[in-house]
Amino acid sequence: MTEGLFAFGVFFAAIFTNNILLTNYLGMCSFLAVSREIKTSVGLGMAVIFVMTCTSVINWLIYYFVLVRFDIVYLRYIAFIIVIAAFVQLVEMVIERTSDVLYAALGIFLPLITVNCAILGASLFMVIREYTFLSGLAYGAGSGIGWALAIIAMAGIRTKLNIRSKVPFGLTGAGITLIIAGIMALAFMGFAGMITIT
Amino acid sequence: MYSEFSKGIFKENPIFIILLGLCPALAVSTQVVNALGMGAGVIFVLLGSEIFISLLKDFIPERIRIPSFIVIIASFVTVVDLVMQAYAPSLSRNLGVFVQLIVVNCIILGRAEAFASKRKLAESLLDALGMGVGFTLALLLISAIREILGSGTITLLAVGRFDGVILIPGLSSQPARVLALAPGALLVIGFLKALFNWLGMRKASRTVWKLEKMSAAGAPATGAPAGAGGAS
Repeated sequence: MTEGLFAFGVFFAAIFTNNILLTNYLGMCSFLAVSREIKTSVGLGMAVIFVMTCTSVINWLIYYFVLVRFDIVYLRYIAFIIVIAAFVQLVEMVIERTSDVLYAALGIFLPLITVNCAILGASLFMVIREYTFLSGLAYGAGSGIGWALAIIAMAGIRTKLNIRSKVPFGLTGAGITLIIAGIMALAFMGFAGMITIT
Repeated sequence: MYSEFSKGIFKENPIFIILLGLCPALAVSTQVVNALGMGAGVIFVLLGSEIFISLLKDFIPERIRIPSFIVIIASFVTVVDLVMQAYAPSLSRNLGVFVQLIVVNCIILGRAEAFASKRKLAESLLDALGMGVGFTLALLLISAIREILGSGTITLLAVGRFDGVILIPGLSSQPARVLALAPGALLVIGFLKALFNWLGMRKASRTVWKLEKMSAAGAPATGAPAGAGGAS
C-alpha cells in the first residue's frame, strides 16, 4: 500500500514540482525548436511520453538484472543510450510499416528523441534515486507527461504571441521563448513543497 | 583554416547563436567553477569524438551512423566521468548527472553529424576546439552573471590558502536569489540571446549603411541613401 502511494507521489512530483524540463532543464533543444505550433508539440509530447515510459522500464530491468548483477554499473550510460537509440529505431520502423497516419504524426519526431536529454536524464535520475520498479515506471511516465505539458503550454503561448503582441526585434524567436520558459518555471515553483520526492 | 576555429567562438557560437547544448548550460551555470569543469569536459569529449569520427567516417555504414556516433561519444564521456570522480570529487558532485548527460549533448552529436562525418581530420580538430572554447566562454559568461547577482560570490578553483570563493561586498549579503534558482538561468540566457541578436543586427545594418554610403559616393546621381539605413 505504501509502495503504491509512494509511486503515486513520485508520479505527481515528476509532473509538477520536479518538472524535468523546467527544474532540470532537460530536453531544452527540442523544446525550443518544436514549440512553434500546438499540433506538432502535441505530436512530440506524445512521442516523448511513450518513449520515456517504455525506456524507463527497460532501463530499470537492464540496470538491476544485468549491470548490477555483473558489477558493471559504470557502463550504465552507454547501456542506457544504446537501449534508447535501439528502441527509438525499432518504434520508428514499426510505425512506418503499420500506420501511415501515426507515422505522419509521430514518425518525424522520433529521430529527435534519441538526442533528447530528457529521456536519458529520466533513466539516470531513476537509478540514482534508487526507485523501485513501480516508482521507476511512475517516474518515467510522470516526467514524460510533465515534459509534454510544458511544451504544449509553451506552444499555446507562442501561438498567441504571434497573433497579438509586438515582440522587440532582438527578442524574437529563441530569446522570448527562453524568457517565457523562465516565467513558466517561476510559476511551477509555486508547486514546490506540495510533494517532495527523494 | 583559422576560420574553422574562430567560427565556433563568435559567428556560430553553440549556445548563443545556434542554440545547441542548452541543457548543461542552464543546469550547471550556478557557479563559475562548474562552468570551467563542464567546459573542460565538453572540450575533451568534443575533441576525442570528432577525431575518432573523422577517422572512422569511411567505415561506418550510413544507416547506423547515429548509434555508432553515440557509442563513440559515450565512451569518451565515461572517461571524463571517471577521471573527474577520481581527481575532482567535489566538482563531480556539483555537476552530478550533467557530466553523464554530455552523451546526449546536442553540440557534440550535432558537430559529429554536420561536420566531422564529412570533413578531413585537421578541419574537424579545429572545429572541435573552436566549438568547445565557444561553449566554455558562453558558459563562463552565464555563470558569472548568475553567480555574481544570484549569490554575490565568484567561486573559482581553490589553490593553496585561497579557498576559491571571492565575496562581492554589498551583493553577498542580499543577493537576488532568483537568479541562482531554476527560472534565473532561463531568464539570463533569454536576455543574453536578445543582446547578441541586437548586436548582430546592429552590425548587419551598419554594413548595409556603409555599402549605401560607398555607392552613394560612387554615383551621387542616384539620390541620398535612406537615412541611417534601418537603425531599428
